[in-house]
Amino acid sequence: MNDLLSMGGHGAYVWPAYGITLAVIVFNVWAARRKLASALDEARRSVGKDQPRNQPRVRQLQ
Amino acid sequence: MKLPRWFHLFGSPPFVYRLAGALIPWLGGIACTLLIVGAYWSLVVVPPDAVQGEVYRILYIHPQTAYVSMMAYVVMAVTAGIGYIWRIKLAHAVAVSAAPIGASFTACALVSGSLWGRPTWGTYWEWGDPRIMFETLLLFLFLSYLALRAAFEDRDKADRVSAILAVVGVVNVPIIHYSVLWWNTLHQGPTISKLDSPSMATEFLIPFLIMMAGFTFCFYWLLLSRLRAEIVERERDTRWLQDALQGGRA
Repeated sequence: MNDLLSMGGHGAYVWPAYGITLAVIVFNVWAARRKLASALDEARRSVGKDQPRNQPRVRQLQ
Repeated sequence: MKLPRWFHLFGSPPFVYRLAGALIPWLGGIACTLLIVGAYWSLVVVPPDAVQGEVYRILYIHPQTAYVSMMAYVVMAVTAGIGYIWRIKLAHAVAVSAAPIGASFTACALVSGSLWGRPTWGTYWEWGDPRIMFETLLLFLFLSYLALRAAFEDRDKADRVSAILAVVGVVNVPIIHYSVLWWNTLHQGPTISKLDSPSMATEFLIPFLIMMAGFTFCFYWLLLSRLRAEIVERERDTRWLQDALQGGRA
């Protein structure tokens, strides 16, 4: 276990590198979830407020 | 030229919103499995390198994050270009979603690279190394793209103007890739992407490729997750989303 942590004296470089990479992935997952939650909240608040826009249908393009 | 129907389908926000929702758990599951297996393999299973000792284990995450940063830029530039030329709003939504992911992975590659460089090259940062400089430029391209968008109140205008920046900046990607061949510098030459067999022993190559696949799945997982949120923001007042929200299906 100690060998794994010390990484032959290079633990101070290896572990922060892996830690930062993990942090970047976790942050991106969290940020995407938060963005979706707040976008859905915002959209729910505008339900029934205005007449919704109609989306052009795919079939009509052909 | 008559475009096939599926082409239009991929420009349809409701279709892509639902498709992304169905794909996200799979992409996330595959990405996490590959990354956990790959991390265990690269940190514990493979023996220390004969020359570099243990510090070379950073090379199971550094090239991968750098590759994701370049892939993110290419995805951003191509979709921004498609959005600009054919005026497909969904394409712009993909480009916007790729930018922050790309920026964070670029920063990550720079940090992990410098943590590897200190014990190996004897320096955290080398101004004379072209690959480091062009990767840093990539970070600034992502950040300028996001800053430029933030300067516009009108989303359509932001889409169009920032698309030009994204497309012009894509020349940087091949420069990063070939920089180690064009200039003789600290960064080593290619190891895997050579025409002849890769110069890495199989026991080191397998975890390297697992991590490569893991980070690729991870990028598309994050991209689709952000894209869903971006679609909801852009389609807030549309009938399909309002109907889905009222029916509890969003």
